[in-house]
Amino acid sequence: MLRFIFRRLLQTIPVLLIIATMTFFLMKLAPGGPFDTEKATTPEIKKQLEAHYGLDKSVWAQYGDYMIKLVQGDLGPSFKYAGWEVTELIAGAFPVSLELGCYALAVALTIGMIMGFVAALRPNSATDYVPMSLATLGICLPTFVMGPLLILLFGITLGWFNSSGWFFMSDRVLPALTLGGYYAAYTSRIARTGMMEILSQDFIRTARAKGASEWRVIFKHAFKGAIQPVVTLTAPVTASMVTGSFIVEKIFDIPGMGRFFVTAAFNRDLTLVVGLVLFYATR
Amino acid sequence: MTRALVIVLAFAVLCGCGRRETRVASGNREQILHVNNGTEPANLDPHVVTGVPEHHVIMSLLEGLVSEDPRGITPQPGTAERWELSEDQTVYTFHLRKNARWSNGDPVTAHDFVRTFRRALTPSLASEYAYMLFVMKGAEEFNTGKITDFDQVGVKALDDHTLRVTLNSPTPYFLGLLLHYSWFPLHLPTIEKYGPVYERGNRWTKPGRFVGNGPFALEQWKVNHVIVVKRNTNYWDAANVKLNKIYFYSIESTDTDERAFRSGQLHKTHELPQMKIDTYREKYPHLLRIEPFLGTYFYICNTAKPPLNDKRVRRALAMAIDREAIVKNVTRGGQLPAFHFTPPGTAGYTARARFPYDIEGAKKLLTEAGYPNGKGLPPVEILFNTLESHRAIAETIQEMWKKNVGIDARLLNQEWKVYLDSKKTGNYQVARYGWIGDYPDPNSFLDMWLTGGGNNDSNWSNPEYDRLIREAGRTADLAKRLEVFQQAEAILLDEMPVIPIYFYTRPYAIQPSVKGWYPTILDNHPWHKVWLEEEKEN
Repeated sequence: MLRFIFRRLLQTIPVLLIIATMTFFLMKLAPGGPFDTEKATTPEIKKQLEAHYGLDKSVWAQYGDYMIKLVQGDLGPSFKYAGWEVTELIAGAFPVSLELGCYALAVALTIGMIMGFVAALRPNSATDYVPMSLATLGICLPTFVMGPLLILLFGITLGWFNSSGWFFMSDRVLPALTLGGYYAAYTSRIARTGMMEILSQDFIRTARAKGASEWRVIFKHAFKGAIQPVVTLTAPVTASMVTGSFIVEKIFDIPGMGRFFVTAAFNRDLTLVVGLVLFYATR
Repeated sequence: MTRALVIVLAFAVLCGCGRRETRVASGNREQILHVNNGTEPANLDPHVVTGVPEHHVIMSLLEGLVSEDPRGITPQPGTAERWELSEDQTVYTFHLRKNARWSNGDPVTAHDFVRTFRRALTPSLASEYAYMLFVMKGAEEFNTGKITDFDQVGVKALDDHTLRVTLNSPTPYFLGLLLHYSWFPLHLPTIEKYGPVYERGNRWTKPGRFVGNGPFALEQWKVNHVIVVKRNTNYWDAANVKLNKIYFYSIESTDTDERAFRSGQLHKTHELPQMKIDTYREKYPHLLRIEPFLGTYFYICNTAKPPLNDKRVRRALAMAIDREAIVKNVTRGGQLPAFHFTPPGTAGYTARARFPYDIEGAKKLLTEAGYPNGKGLPPVEILFNTLESHRAIAETIQEMWKKNVGIDARLLNQEWKVYLDSKKTGNYQVARYGWIGDYPDPNSFLDMWLTGGGNNDSNWSNPEYDRLIREAGRTADLAKRLEVFQQAEAILLDEMPVIPIYFYTRPYAIQPSVKGWYPTILDNHPWHKVWLEEEKEN
């Protein structure tokens, strides 16, 4: 087992190097550099600036310099955010995205499973239609509609929560509901199907025939089987949630990873972009 | 029974939440101002940054020789309590306050300024705004490496509290330049402590390290979220600073910004979404401010490429645009239609030269150029950076050109850096452009069109224009100088390498409890003159 893990880890090294190389050259191909601004500085100063970051060398020399540092674990300084190391920026933003992702996952699983199971117990009744209609609505409503709606209701009209920011525990509620709500809708549909399938199995009929209470049938016998499709879904959902959602972070002004990813590319902040791509690739 | 109990409990919990005290309400009580600064500052080292959001924070942390006037643009005494100007208007002698201190208690001396200017101009630091100091004698030569002895640069500490600055030529807007952060003093011993002084990447601007001489001191910096500054008790005028803290948020989305304002989390938004301006006008006029701003929105023509190498075509394009309709129906933020280039009233200067909105005149010009009713003219391509508001304006102009003079236009949007690259390399016909003055003087708008100027992407060149701008730079007499600018702008408008569209305004929302906040053309508000006061209810 240890050998297997070790081998897999070794295999990731060349993959990461290839990814870093590709990202580096893609960024170099994009027109415009990190120091192009609407207000041009004097050509002399621009030259000094490029000399400082080694941008006056050939692309291959720049690539060589970058890779040598990278192998030593140094992602370099951000071009845009002078004075910040790329590792420092990621170390600051990732815990935020991770925290939001965890809450959102909790929301998605709890609400999703409860709704799905309730719906599965009495198919084609009101307790099925209501949660499933909500789920359809949840899938149809993208986060950029859901977020502002929640803010309008709970932030502005009722004044229970702050409309944006990341200061207090209460600031986690609305973003977690927005991000989690979307996946809760998916989860509920899958949980419903899973539960209905299990409930139609022979061993459930046997359990009922033996006189087990409905409560016991569901939680003791059906539950384990019913959550299996949900568990399968959880892995990709978790991955996409903890890596930060640009839209949710933007709506709620959350200092997470998503915002960096988009702005770094726009700023042609090469070191930050490669750093982020490698970080995502490693996970 | 249980169901009823659950409903009652749920209701009790919900009611228990209740409405919370907003940040604005608690801020008003505790003199804590919450403002959105629009984006994350790249850094807080004035020699490394270039942006306006950085300026807003740095203004609170550092103070230059002169300080902002909350009501206008006339520089007020800052770290210097008074100054004298020599007869020939090239030597300024500043007398620093004896009680000016850094936030760590050290006195602010003239030597600090000399050392700071040296750092700003040292080539290895590659300070992008170093050129702001080029009015100083020898500054440009030192920055470009032509001289290496800093003693030859026109700045000298005569003693601890007297600073002499020698300029290349009379510069009437010099005191205005001093309001820019590139002239603010830095505490060099602190910078030395945390890294090389003359290199980038020094980490002295982190909270707990930053030493400044401004009315506030850095308390907290959460990247992409908030910068908090608190009152600096060592500031020379600390007794008159009323705010205890300022929270600078870096909310980028204008919708998030506006919602935060509406839910009572912000005293002031950075701007307002275009769609919301009318709503505020109708429903909350007391919260809406629309203020003139020192900037021009215009189209730039590539004069090296036919058919725009013909000034008659450029003039025809400019004359066929109904600017009133654009500001009224498209931008809707109270912008002024622009029939000249420099914003009106820039340091007492309003251009006399104008061009008209004249469809018949435009048609005549096109006929003269050989394109009657636009016939034979290949489609003109309008380049703009991807943004909804730029597209709306470009579409409107496209329609006006078609309808008014029969010219076909194609729209091309590019991502910001690609657009900058296309503009720089002359790979465009007509491109959107915007210019915000660095300092309130016509020179800030007119010297950019000098032949080969760093921002003159129009490839336009006119020897007479160049001569006039250089002459204005040498003219000490204020009235004469403005007259020279009048002549220069007349040439610019006659040749039209630029098609002015409107003069910017700044629409934003602000709580009535913010006091000491007045419209200023550069949108800089001296934080130490601002305070919070709850409106008394009748």
